[in-house]
Amino acid sequence: MKVSQMVEALSLKVLAGESFLEREVCSGYCCDLLSRVMAKGEKGMAWITVQTHMNVVAVAALVEMACIIIPEGIEVERKVLDKAEEEGVIMLSSHLTAFELAGKLYQMGIAPVCKVVD
Amino acid sequence: MAGGYYSIEQVFHIKAGDFASAGEASSQIKKTLKQLGIDSTLVRRVTIAAYEAEMNLIIHSIGGELKLKVTPQSIIVTAEDKGPGIPDIDLAMQEGYSTAPEIARELGFGAGMGLPNIKRNADRLNIQSKVGEGTLLEIYFDIKAR
Ligand SMILES: Nc1ncnc2c1ncn2[C@@H]1O[C@H](COP(=O)(O)OP(=O)(O)O)[C@@H](O)[C@H]1O
Ligand SMILES: [Mg+2]
Repeated sequence: MKVSQMVEALSLKVLAGESFLEREVCSGYCCDLLSRVMAKGEKGMAWITVQTHMNVVAVAALVEMACIIIPEGIEVERKVLDKAEEEGVIMLSSHLTAFELAGKLYQMGIAPVCKVVD
Repeated sequence: MAGGYYSIEQVFHIKAGDFASAGEASSQIKKTLKQLGIDSTLVRRVTIAAYEAEMNLIIHSIGGELKLKVTPQSIIVTAEDKGPGIPDIDLAMQEGYSTAPEIARELGFGAGMGLPNIKRNADRLNIQSKVGEGTLLEIYFDIKAR
């Protein structure tokens, strides 16, 4: 599935990375502890987190996540979005909770682990 | 340079508490390895280890250096600082053990998984530390012959 299809299906707001929405997403993960995300994170993953600071962008870029989804309409600072844009990280936002987002993504066929080879 | 890698060394100075530029050194290391044509699974393992080592310098040390060395046979990431040192390395290596301060925890650090993550991804890990003197972390990765 492409990020753009996910954005469409869940009515997500695109905060950063608009020009990368054709990127593939195949797995999802929901966690706010960065070491855990570093260990589990993989290319093509949609990552749901309430953390909205710079280091989230760094982690997503380092493991080449498909996108970050911020739940509960939490606001993200401009400088973080600029950094995301610069690093090619897609940041999305939703009014839904992390629990609801994960449930919907799971129903759409997004798996816990994907096997994308680059 | 078909068939071979360059032998290179890069040094990054990491400041204590500098969360704003956290991950920049690891990001540069990742770029360098990709440019050298290193296999993507290995790049990923080195990147994770480098990031955790970089974060430990920022969170736990008074500042130090992160180094990348690439030879045709191996990749070595070194993190060296001048303090405060680790009193009990076995304890520090345990998953879940963390002395990260509240400011770091609020950002999602302090899961106590950094050193275990480094060990899991490395082919060999050498860690030396002395309280009052500092910590040296040498992380080795073998480049398998193709
Ligand atoms: N460079 C360092 N200097 C001093 N102490 C360190 C250093 N690196 C790690 N430690 C100690 O080891 C513990 C475990 O490290 P780690 O596994 O990375 O977990 P975390 O960083 O989440 O605390 C740290 O909480 C800290 O007490
Ligand atoms: Mg750590």
